[in-house]
Amino acid sequence: MKCRVCGQDAHISLRSYNTALCSQDFISFLEKRVFDTIQKYNLIGNNDTPIVAVSGGKDSLSVWHILNKLGYKADGVYVDLGIGEYSQESLAKIKKTAEGLQRKFFVFPIRKIFEKGIDEIAKVMRRVPCSACGMIKRYAINKVCMDNGYNVLITGHNLDDEAAALLGNLLYWKEEYLWKKSPFLDGHEGHLSRKVKPLFLCSEREMAAYALISGIDYIHDECPFSINAKSLTYKNILNNLEETSPGTKLQFIKGYLKTIKGIEEKKRDISYCTTCGYPCYGGTCSMCRLLHRFHIKDRIGFEEWGSNLDITQKMMT
Amino acid sequence: MKIELDGHTYEIEKSMEVSRLLKQFSLSRETHLVIVNDRLVTEDYRLGRDDRVKLIRVVSGG
Repeated sequence: MKCRVCGQDAHISLRSYNTALCSQDFISFLEKRVFDTIQKYNLIGNNDTPIVAVSGGKDSLSVWHILNKLGYKADGVYVDLGIGEYSQESLAKIKKTAEGLQRKFFVFPIRKIFEKGIDEIAKVMRRVPCSACGMIKRYAINKVCMDNGYNVLITGHNLDDEAAALLGNLLYWKEEYLWKKSPFLDGHEGHLSRKVKPLFLCSEREMAAYALISGIDYIHDECPFSINAKSLTYKNILNNLEETSPGTKLQFIKGYLKTIKGIEEKKRDISYCTTCGYPCYGGTCSMCRLLHRFHIKDRIGFEEWGSNLDITQKMMT
Repeated sequence: MKIELDGHTYEIEKSMEVSRLLKQFSLSRETHLVIVNDRLVTEDYRLGRDDRVKLIRVVSGG
């Protein structure tokens, strides 16, 4: 195959776009799509202070890399789940990327705070690890934003993540989530940062190719607790469809975005946690209840790593 | 040629196209990228006997 732009040997075929590109033209193509998504959905403005939620994986490290390359100076935030070598290796990849980008990042070290890893915390909560992980991550990352003046939180959710979640919500008719898939989720001034997903229209395959070509050193291993995740089953189903009908995932998500334009979301009355101010539907948020359960009053804090990879500050609140 | 996949190494003598190799391993082009001698290649690339091939899984979940 030849590159459609320059005519040299192609390095990746993009069947959903009926094209093939060489490495250099693919990088330009993907970065332009991310930039266009940011512009079209007004994801990041000139006066915003963005931060990227990084995991050490291809998507979050790539979006961090792309944003800084496009001129959106973004720092990072990582929730260290305390999963042995997996978490250590993830942190090492994040440090390496931060050093390359010359950006600082924050770490929420779960094992240091709870004296337990995420699996043990989940057992205490009587939840599966992914559920406990999601709750703590959402809270901790938002706290970094609120405490440090980051008003836009960027995540590395890609087209496949969104399509898999949408399929799952449709299959079980989870109406409370069904109409919430969007490249952005509004924040609550002083309580919750705005969340944006610049990779909303970029496939997982494209993001892996971008990371490999750009030399982004990401963690290839799966989180050991996600092996039987339903999202992987949905992704396999969608990839089987994509194999025979290229462009299916993109049409699924683009069609959804057109459909939700006319639908008004059912608003639930939201209140704020009486202890910490985080949005919740009761008097006290799940995180404050968890901290109370672990008798943690004043040990919740973040490590702040400078771009020269020294801990510059250990913030305790 | 040497094939790396999920931490295992396989040896294949026969020259073939990347698409055929993926089929032999029962892998989809949607879920795996193919790196030959440190360069990403398309499905029609013809693999030679001395090539070093890595099959990279792109799907992650959770």
